[in-house]
Amino acid sequence: MNKLTAFIAGLLFGLGLLLAGMANPSKVLAFLDLAGAWDPSLALVMIGAIGVAIGPLTWARHQSRSLLGKPMQLPTKRELDPRLIGGSLLFGIGWGIAGICPGPAVAILLTGRWQAIVFMLAMLAGMLLFTALETRRNH
Amino acid sequence: MNIDWLNFTPWSSLAGGALIGLAASLFVVANGRIAGISGLIGSLLQRSSEGAGEKALFLLGLLVAPLLWGLFAALPPIEFKSGGVGLIVAGVLVGIGTRYGSGCTSGHGVCGISRLSPRSMVATACFMFSGFLSVFVLRHLLGAWI
Repeated sequence: MNKLTAFIAGLLFGLGLLLAGMANPSKVLAFLDLAGAWDPSLALVMIGAIGVAIGPLTWARHQSRSLLGKPMQLPTKRELDPRLIGGSLLFGIGWGIAGICPGPAVAILLTGRWQAIVFMLAMLAGMLLFTALETRRNH
Repeated sequence: MNIDWLNFTPWSSLAGGALIGLAASLFVVANGRIAGISGLIGSLLQRSSEGAGEKALFLLGLLVAPLLWGLFAALPPIEFKSGGVGLIVAGVLVGIGTRYGSGCTSGHGVCGISRLSPRSMVATACFMFSGFLSVFVLRHLLGAWI
């Protein structure tokens, strides 16, 4: 059952990205281009998503188990450390170059565009680089 | 500021956002997990076996979404502005940045803000700021997309 809900959640997430316009890099870039012809649509994606998710996530914060009896695994870290800030700044620079963030990168992978495959391979390389650097740091 | 009314899609963006919110809600309420895409991919890459099946199935659903969509309607436009070099630089920055920053648009932007997490609010402010700045520098100072 939990496998099925995971699959359905992923599917809905992908359909939502496509409907919202988030899977279109040029629309994302038009949202990030405040000084150009600004397309504010993606602000509404955030409002729609948070508007729906805030109730269930607030509920989840006060539970120790999910409805299917799984442990509730919410992040517990509180510090605003340089890794959080530096990492997020780097992510935004990359997001502003191509207009693609990780969710859409997965959602457009099978649409037959070479650009989607190149971006995905580079993103996976970036993530593996992080893992390699972390492993070195911890030794 | 010039608003591009011609390409403004308030209703489909709001509805798409609501679907994203519904998906994130289902994953946390049923599975007890945060629908953060960079975190899900990163944890599978690190071969952590904890919940690997559920995580992989969420990503599989995300992967096949355009195929399901395509059965019923034409896919919405997907237009790229970057060439090969731009995509590679952007991909590496997104990959390493989201791992150091512990999240991306979904994990911090949607789920984190919905949890009222201060870390996620700071992270979202940071990547929005550098996203705006990155586009400004490339588009208006250098005058080109890479």
